[in-house]
Amino acid sequence: MQLTQVLTYALRRLLQAVPVVILIMVGTFLLLKLAPGDTVDALVGDMGGADAAYIARLRAEYGLDQPVWVQLGRYMAKLIQFDFGWSFVYEQPVAAILWERLGTTLMLMGTSLSLAFSIGVGLGAIAARRAYSLTDNAISTLGLIFYATPSFFLSLMMILLFSVKLGWLPVSGLSDVAAFYTGWDHVIDVVLHLIMPTAALSLIYLSFYLRLMRASVLEVADLDFVRTARAKGAGETRLMIHHIMRNALLPVVTLLGLQFSTVLGGSVVVETIFALPGLGQLAYQSVIQRDMNMLMGIIFLCAIIVVIVNFLTDLLYARLDSRIALK
Amino acid sequence: MTDPVLDIRDLKIALPKGSDRPFALDGLNLSVNPGEIVCLVGESGSGKSLTAGAIMRLLPEPHVRVAEGSIRFEGQDLLALSEREMKQIRGDRIAQIFQEPMTALNPQKTVGWQIDEVLRLHTGLGRKARRARVLELLDLVHIPDPRSVYHAYPHQVSGGQRQRVMIAMALACEPKLIIADEPTTALDVTTQLQILKLIRELQEKEGAGILFITHDFGVVAEIADRVVVLSKGEMVEQGTAAEVLNRPKHPYTRALIGAIPALVPPRPRDFRDAPVVLRAEGLVKTFAARGSLISGKRAPVTAVDNLSFTLRRGETLGVVGESGSGKTTVSRIVTRLLESDCGAVEVDGTDLLACSPRELREMRRHIQMVFQDPMASLNPRKRVEDLIAQGPIVHGADPKAARARARELLELVELSPAAATRYPHEFSGGQRQRIGIARALAMEPKVIVADEPVSALDVSVQAQVLKLLADLRDRLDLSVLFVTHDLRVAAQLCDRVIVMQKGRIVETGVTAELFAAPSHPYTQQLLASIPGRGWTPPDLATDAA
Repeated sequence: MQLTQVLTYALRRLLQAVPVVILIMVGTFLLLKLAPGDTVDALVGDMGGADAAYIARLRAEYGLDQPVWVQLGRYMAKLIQFDFGWSFVYEQPVAAILWERLGTTLMLMGTSLSLAFSIGVGLGAIAARRAYSLTDNAISTLGLIFYATPSFFLSLMMILLFSVKLGWLPVSGLSDVAAFYTGWDHVIDVVLHLIMPTAALSLIYLSFYLRLMRASVLEVADLDFVRTARAKGAGETRLMIHHIMRNALLPVVTLLGLQFSTVLGGSVVVETIFALPGLGQLAYQSVIQRDMNMLMGIIFLCAIIVVIVNFLTDLLYARLDSRIALK
Repeated sequence: MTDPVLDIRDLKIALPKGSDRPFALDGLNLSVNPGEIVCLVGESGSGKSLTAGAIMRLLPEPHVRVAEGSIRFEGQDLLALSEREMKQIRGDRIAQIFQEPMTALNPQKTVGWQIDEVLRLHTGLGRKARRARVLELLDLVHIPDPRSVYHAYPHQVSGGQRQRVMIAMALACEPKLIIADEPTTALDVTTQLQILKLIRELQEKEGAGILFITHDFGVVAEIADRVVVLSKGEMVEQGTAAEVLNRPKHPYTRALIGAIPALVPPRPRDFRDAPVVLRAEGLVKTFAARGSLISGKRAPVTAVDNLSFTLRRGETLGVVGESGSGKTTVSRIVTRLLESDCGAVEVDGTDLLACSPRELREMRRHIQMVFQDPMASLNPRKRVEDLIAQGPIVHGADPKAARARARELLELVELSPAAATRYPHEFSGGQRQRIGIARALAMEPKVIVADEPVSALDVSVQAQVLKLLADLRDRLDLSVLFVTHDLRVAAQLCDRVIVMQKGRIVETGVTAELFAAPSHPYTQQLLASIPGRGWTPPDLATDAA
């Protein structure tokens, strides 16, 4: 893979992404407009009621009295200039809040997915190499349990065990606000806070990768070129590392790319339960409070993240599979 | 006399319980001397590949294992060695070449890396020395430009090249014994001949003993010093190549050799007065630059380029060529399973390519196909009678009558009518192909397009199916478009042949004349590459049946 090749490929993918993102934005805008109630309803509800003239004035002020098409046009025009608008709930620009929250979510997703991927792939490979043995059964059963446990249930049970009963881990939040840690103490504090959310989010994906990797390794191990390598006199370790693993990883990588968006969805639940100040929790609150601009901003950001991740997956795929050329 | 490199005594390989026979291999005696090529011949299921597995100690144990006997390699009992010692022998002193050059190489590693691996495993050579040796090996197997092939991935080189790479890999440590398991079966005839020549040449140079496993007596005639014939795990005959090929003793060997299609085309028949049933005019099919914005563009491939031919009633027209010549594309266009870019296909005067979807469905009954893989082309979830009756029922026949007719057709293709209620997997390959033919006949078509109908079959079964096809053709006055890569098969059945190369017709003519005096260099090359062309199978027809 030459750099220029990757760059032209990236440019092409970028151009392709533009209509995709525009479609997503228009679609979501219209969908959100279909939902009953708007920001003004939510605001007025919070205030405990107001007279009709005041509500009408608020609507006019926010531009909500215009037809949907006009609102859409105005929003899209601003979006093209990367202006996400103003959040009437937080009384701040949307972009500022998104930026502040993005790090937490990316950190949560990044650690969860990489843990799920590496542990899942490792365990899956071990299970496949000892197929139908006690080890395999133990690993597969564990995978099944993770797979069958909903993340909210797992989260609550972990809080009950590790925070309430044992008192080892903090219940919620990203860091201990009252402790004013700095430097490494702060890092350790954040890590401690992230252990349970990461576990809750990653275990189910771990089981996906485990199952897929096990099946994939079993399949590849039967292929002709593995037999060729055996006939060359290669040992089992060598077979595994050089001949089986890389070929077996391909379907797992595909799944990794596909699942990124579902992990984003899963983080809504986990962030809400552990009160992590991330995008997921923000999305949940924005829906409740009908914070239209904020929601649209979050969706835009998520769309961009998914597009980028898919691009990276394709790059990784091309790196892993010599038969695929980026053109 | 020198000691044999390989000496197999009373080898028995046990199959798991519930198999069709207890031993895959029952009492094999075989020896290979240095500098000798011994061919192990047998049809599918004869246990010949398991022999290779047993020697390499790579059987799928514990399901399939050596039950009795000894395998001595240079006087050493291989069966008594530990796995560790065995690992040192594999690839170093015994090397193996496999059948499928496509799948036998790791798709994710460069060719150079894969040959280098053998050296890394068995020699203490440094990086530079190994690289030099790999390049030397690539040169030895006549690969042009070894340097660029060194860095190529397997998918970037052709099938013949890949097989050369496999051979280079096998030769890397100058083994004493090379086991070649059907090394040329997946290759085109011209490539096959080159590879066989290469194996011969290298063997003379290196003096290794070669155990050559094959099902093809033509290849045996080309390469063998001695021959061992296997039938259902039992060794039925062994002797020198000349003995076995020209004076086979055992009835099984006689039957096998008798089944080989002789290279003698049928007497030309006159079709000038017969009406034309199928006319193709100026067919062109270009597989356009594949992919779109996403996957990027690939150069367009012209699979069929301005192809025209006529087929008269009762005539069999052969389409022959190597892989990539576009012959399969022709069969797909003619049946409109693939849309042609331009041109016309007239079936009985109606242009099939101009038909509307509704008309096309009506026209389909006139032109039916028999496919190559009899297993993949029969729906495994349907009973045989339903498979055959399906076409007529779709076209409005009464289901009961259609099923009754299906039973008659089964009789016509020489299957028991009791077969009607069974499922495809209960039949052997040859029987399945008979079902495929019955299915095509059920529509009472005017034209049958047969795409490599006997290529997946063993030679004795192949002969039976060919005989059946010829028989049916004469009885029902069928016109057949017969696509094949095998010139021997084409010589058996076809009245006329079209020779295709890279999408174009290079030569066409009456089979007998074309085989006797090919005018185009490519046809000459094709004919010269038929394995065992110098050997005419002895006429055993009378007592082989």
